[in-house]
Amino acid sequence: MQLFFQHLINALQWGSFYALIALGYSMVYGILMLFNFAHGDIFMVGAYIGFGVATALAALAALSALALPNWVILVLTILIAMYLTSFVGMLVERIGYRPLREAPRASAAITGLMIGIILETGNLAILGAQRIRFPSLIKTQVYDIGGVVVTNKKIMIVVVSLVLMLALNEFIKRTRWGMAMRAMAFDYVVIPLMGVPLNTIASLTFALGSALAAAAGILFAVAYPVLDPYIGITYGWKAFVAAILGGRGSVKGACLAGFLLGFIEIFVGAYLSSSLRDLIAYSIILLILVFRPHGFFGEPHSAKLRL
Amino acid sequence: MRKGLLLVVAILVVGLALSPCAWAKSKTIKVGINAPITGDIPKVGEGSKYAAEMWLEDIKAAGGLQVGGEKYMVEIIVEDNESKPESAAKAATKLITEDEVLAIVGPQASSQAIPAGEMANNYGTPMISPWSTNPDTTKDRPFVFRGCFLDPFQGPVVANFIKDEFGFKKAAVLYDIASDYPKGLAEVFKEAWENINGPGSVVAFESFTTKDADFSSQLTNIISSGAQFLFTPQYYNEVALIVQQAQELGFKGPIVGSDSWGSAETVKLCGEACYGLFFSTHYAAAGATGATKEFIERYEKKYGYTPDDVGALTWDALRLVQKAIEDTGKLTGNLKNDRVAVKDALAKIKEFDGITGKMTFTPEGDPIKCAVVVRISEKGEFEFYKSACP
Repeated sequence: MQLFFQHLINALQWGSFYALIALGYSMVYGILMLFNFAHGDIFMVGAYIGFGVATALAALAALSALALPNWVILVLTILIAMYLTSFVGMLVERIGYRPLREAPRASAAITGLMIGIILETGNLAILGAQRIRFPSLIKTQVYDIGGVVVTNKKIMIVVVSLVLMLALNEFIKRTRWGMAMRAMAFDYVVIPLMGVPLNTIASLTFALGSALAAAAGILFAVAYPVLDPYIGITYGWKAFVAAILGGRGSVKGACLAGFLLGFIEIFVGAYLSSSLRDLIAYSIILLILVFRPHGFFGEPHSAKLRL
Repeated sequence: MRKGLLLVVAILVVGLALSPCAWAKSKTIKVGINAPITGDIPKVGEGSKYAAEMWLEDIKAAGGLQVGGEKYMVEIIVEDNESKPESAAKAATKLITEDEVLAIVGPQASSQAIPAGEMANNYGTPMISPWSTNPDTTKDRPFVFRGCFLDPFQGPVVANFIKDEFGFKKAAVLYDIASDYPKGLAEVFKEAWENINGPGSVVAFESFTTKDADFSSQLTNIISSGAQFLFTPQYYNEVALIVQQAQELGFKGPIVGSDSWGSAETVKLCGEACYGLFFSTHYAAAGATGATKEFIERYEKKYGYTPDDVGALTWDALRLVQKAIEDTGKLTGNLKNDRVAVKDALAKIKEFDGITGKMTFTPEGDPIKCAVVVRISEKGEFEFYKSACP
């Protein structure tokens, strides 16, 4: 039983990354009906920006120019990196997708792949191929609760992820911007005729998705502090699976499916076979999609996709 | 359309005619380096490149390579294999067919050395892998050699060391099933450990696949299996993640590694979590003497850090190539025959005094040499702890 709870805790942490990244895929699809295939790499860029901010702040603190405790540095890192990465997202939208808005969807998808490759190789060119160690800002505390081992980092990761998801939900439900996004998701051809600016909403969507991806990137780097330019591919694609599984365009679905994906991966690895983990895990997901082709919360008609 | 094609062909032909490498093959010996400059283990590629640069410096200082009364200039061509098996085979083919090298040094990791060795052997070009410890690299390949000991030797070294040092009975192994080196060594270690402690003494034998970052399900199983220590023959980027996660999940026993740990990056990425851990390797930089010390000091002065085992092994491999070329007595200028002559000369070397120790060679082209066990000190340095000879 202890073992089961231990795996459950591991899965909660692992699922929160997928959920946060899947949100970005899902929102963009919900509003613009396109898959932003560069999203995984925005997650990677977010982690690297976080590394830059954290290193700079830690250096300032060490010089006692700005005496900050480490947890404040971490909070600031997350906020600043989210802010900066949202501009990367908006830039990707402006350069890569806006000129192609009337083009076939396949063109936009290919643009996304290319932007992703540019971000990866650009990073390789600027920072070189060496792995980077993310500074350990908070000291790991290990708590043993009745045989189940939890660290302060794990708790922080899960809590911060849940807070961000709830915040996004509230933003979409309660603000005027959120209302505009929901309207746009309903029909992005007619709604602009009623005075809602499509370009602004598109930028906003990319900004929000990228900010969440940046938060995921930093939390990922806290848990797995070895960064390389290709982390975006592996986890980005898996999160994309979560977005599909949740139902394209559904925020609630993306969160749930992200966690579900984490659970399936961890439990398959733990109880069936760690070497066949992905094979079995993704076969299960394929099976779910056979019976629910639109995912958990997706709707059959694409015109009615809602946030 | 046809005109355009013709123009392209014409430009290519002119370009080929003007390119200097197509004509200047007579008095230069080309040696290829097939190394992971980018990809998962770029530090390994950097070490290989730096060692090759230092070797070339020596050759240049001597005015070239002396073969049978004639001086030859030497050129080094570094090809990046991105630490991928398919790219390594491609890099080997390019070095052999396009760059027309006389011999190849590298690739380093077994997952790349095995496919690249296939190419080198098929094309009849001598290749030395300085760092690949998997038996398959040289097996049934007369043109492929190596500069280090093999996993069937390394596995028992680690198993015996742990038995003698700690007296443990229950082992856990965590390895990458998609990579030749960790997979081979994990299996060899399991066999060696069960030979000492009886069947069933490896209580957890868990695997993952390349690029995984989360090992929590495997490590949770390992901890609940009651293993007293963990053996993980992984590369430095994974070592940092495995060690940290094991400790965060409450694993208290020692974590032991193999020669793939022997990079300056291990400590840089892993930090204090790795202090006090042991691994088996080819040489220990701290406390070296003689030619080894000379090499280390020169490398430190030039590049600002202590060379990894890869650097030292690459140096030895290049010296072996140099000796073989000199031993041929005469180069004919016919690349195919010269390659065979170098291969024969390499196969004839019976004893070699390298900076990673004295070695003798088996008929397979594998050296017999000592291994060392290194401890990562409280300052993050690799300290010599014990040596084990065959």
